[in-house]
Amino acid sequence: MEEPRNPINDISTEISDKENQIKAEKLQAGFLAGNVSRRGFMTGAVALGATLAGASTIVEQALAATPKAGGRLKIGITGGSTSDTLDPGQILDAFNINVLMGQTRGNMTRIRPDGQIEGDLCESFEASNGAKTWKFNVRQGVEFHNGKSMTSEDVVDSIRHHMGEDSTSAAKGIVAGIKSIKADGKYGVVMELNEGNADITMALSDYHLNICPSNGDGSIDWQSGVGAGAYVLEEYDPGVRAFTTKNPNFYNADTEAWFDEVETIGVIDPTARMSALSTGAIDCINNVPPKTAGRLGKMMNVKTLISTGNKQITLPMHCDKEPFTDPNVRNAVKHIVNRQDWLDKVLYGYGELGNDNPIGPANIYRATTEELPQREYDPELAKSLLKKAGHDGLSIKFHAADTGFAGAVDAGSLMAESAKAAGINIEVVREPNDGYWSNVWTKKAFSACYWSGRPTEDWIFSLIYASDAKWNDTNWKNSGFDKLMLEARAETDQAKRRAMYVEMQQILHTDGGLCLPLFQSEIMGYRTSIGVPEQVGNDWELDGHRCALRWWKA
Amino acid sequence: MITKRVALGVLTLILLSLLIFLSVEALPGDLAQEILGQQATPEAVAAIRRDLGLDLPPHTRYVNWLGGMLQGDFGKSLALKRPIIDLIAPRLQNTLFLTLYTACIAVPLAILLGMMASLFRNSYFDRISNATALSAISMPEFFVGYILIYFLALSGYFPSMANITPSTPLFEKLYACFLPALTLTLVVTAHMMRMTRAAIINILALPYIEMAHLKGVRPSRIIFRHALPNALAPIVNVVALNMAYLITGVVIVEIVFVFPGLGQLMVDGVRFRDVPVVQASSLVFASAYVGLNLLADIISTATNPRLMRRK
Repeated sequence: MEEPRNPINDISTEISDKENQIKAEKLQAGFLAGNVSRRGFMTGAVALGATLAGASTIVEQALAATPKAGGRLKIGITGGSTSDTLDPGQILDAFNINVLMGQTRGNMTRIRPDGQIEGDLCESFEASNGAKTWKFNVRQGVEFHNGKSMTSEDVVDSIRHHMGEDSTSAAKGIVAGIKSIKADGKYGVVMELNEGNADITMALSDYHLNICPSNGDGSIDWQSGVGAGAYVLEEYDPGVRAFTTKNPNFYNADTEAWFDEVETIGVIDPTARMSALSTGAIDCINNVPPKTAGRLGKMMNVKTLISTGNKQITLPMHCDKEPFTDPNVRNAVKHIVNRQDWLDKVLYGYGELGNDNPIGPANIYRATTEELPQREYDPELAKSLLKKAGHDGLSIKFHAADTGFAGAVDAGSLMAESAKAAGINIEVVREPNDGYWSNVWTKKAFSACYWSGRPTEDWIFSLIYASDAKWNDTNWKNSGFDKLMLEARAETDQAKRRAMYVEMQQILHTDGGLCLPLFQSEIMGYRTSIGVPEQVGNDWELDGHRCALRWWKA
Repeated sequence: MITKRVALGVLTLILLSLLIFLSVEALPGDLAQEILGQQATPEAVAAIRRDLGLDLPPHTRYVNWLGGMLQGDFGKSLALKRPIIDLIAPRLQNTLFLTLYTACIAVPLAILLGMMASLFRNSYFDRISNATALSAISMPEFFVGYILIYFLALSGYFPSMANITPSTPLFEKLYACFLPALTLTLVVTAHMMRMTRAAIINILALPYIEMAHLKGVRPSRIIFRHALPNALAPIVNVVALNMAYLITGVVIVEIVFVFPGLGQLMVDGVRFRDVPVVQASSLVFASAYVGLNLLADIISTATNPRLMRRK
């Protein structure tokens, strides 16, 4: 649905001679790769028969598409709050994720724009003992912003910050599988897991698990905001503004982190974000409301950026509460949601259809439509499923608030309409936004919810859908599913792993209490004065929240 | 008499703090649950509660807070673990700056328009200024803000964001905050202007003004010299009320213009059930109300010869 961000014309289309066309293509390739100078390209192209205007357009386009150093990036971002802290365990939302994970600190590992994992402050890693023991090699020669050299002690203490009985970290669940983490020499870290997990490196890229300098007594210094990342935190006013400057000693300074300075401004109001973007007061924004995204794209000097990752709208049904104890009833409900209608009316087309399965576009082992056919709106089938469950018609309550997902109440009304054809009467209960997660989501049998998704299959399954999962919001228990999850977690053979994950998705799709109607796109906007690479990460918005690292001032 | 008013004011503030405390307690969820949001597990919630003393009974927490407060200690923010005074001071400074800025535009404008309107009562000038002011006050603040952004910011005359920092130079601050100040001016002018007009017209109907007319005093002199001083009491009161409103009620304008004021701090405090922050900001707001009203009373007493002589 979007055009390439940095299209570059083809000089050979201007040339009629076949032989010269090939020469021109080579010349352009050489120029784009940096082997031919700008002057060389211009004179060469003109000599081969191209027009001067054509050649200089390509030079301009190439300049826009090649990162260059300098300038200030001004990010207008949501999710900031005056009660934000620098504590990595309490990073809550976009503002802090971007400033702390994306700019000032690094993690042990990080996710590349193509979804694969790579070493960040830990250079490399290897598994042994059926993925139960992991050895990490800490990147040598890295300095924190205060000049302290980074060693294995800093890494170990940073992870331990989230572990243990007294931890107040929101990432407690993520590190629960780690039995022990120990330093092995100055630059080695050994991690023992409770059970084999081939995806632990993915989990370590979580935005809470930043590496901070150790105090030497087992605790970490998060208060100062010192990290080893690409930018140094100069000013921090929680939820309002953060100001960072380029870290000249950043380990990857030659290929990343192009800006001299980055200013991150908390802008809660969508209209304020859009007007600031259009006047040039800020360079890029997140969270553009789908309603106005079309208009934003038509503005001068502004482009929209759409990425569809794993952000998902879910309607959890509690499998231990009537009438959802019967899988036929659950499947009937899954069939009465008109997904296309939701996509058009709730998300204005910015998203894709979900198939009652949390594995989405940013996952590697997502089941194909052959393996798992798309579930459609089918009131007749829903009716017969209900009959099978012994119900003649059904009355259920759907609890919703905008905290669940934006537009949840309206979506509920759409569902109530489309359910009538199946003889299901849905009463939409509007709940207060306040305390929604504590009082509604975990308590009511059928409610509105969203998940930002997780990069790996195992992570989201063990987080929500395993029988003993911490956030099992459907109270679904399936021993076959649990068994497959443990097997797949330790399996290192890709093909076998894929087969297991596909089977799990099928089980969840046909038996689970999860109705997942839609994956929701992230809609962002940026000024044309900013260069954005062809491939942006879809693990989080704003290029995986690493826009300060990967984008540049064109 | 002033001492008595101040003592009553302090009592009001303490009662208010109790009221605020109870209302925040009555909201569903607490800081631990709100901070962890969807990611709240029973263990992490319990750990945060232990850490912050949220597991203590409410009356103990309130008495502890009040004890510190009476010794001039605002306490620490639960979420930030930073002294609240550090949190509030820069925000309050910003809010007071915007209030003063708005007042400098709105008060002279409103009083001048009000006097002119009373002077040229029922003329076209009177009707047009009344209609304009009333239309401006009838529109919600955020709408006025958006309209101004549309006409004055998108064309590049003024910035749409007033995200000032303590290091912003004064002139730049005035420039950056022009649109929020203008929005607030449009919102508060009508009230003050119409009160000025009504108060002066009221006085103009009194016998001593008629006497002045009969003596042949010029209309403008009647208004400025004879009517205005006697009409000052209600005008000062309505100005005070509007100033208090500017300090306490501008959170929507803050959000529209990305202005780091006190309102946003308090809203975030409520959202995360950060009771000490809510308490401290509401005390600041309440003090502004009590203090400005007190000041208005003193000024209206001082400027009214009859009230002064009674004692």
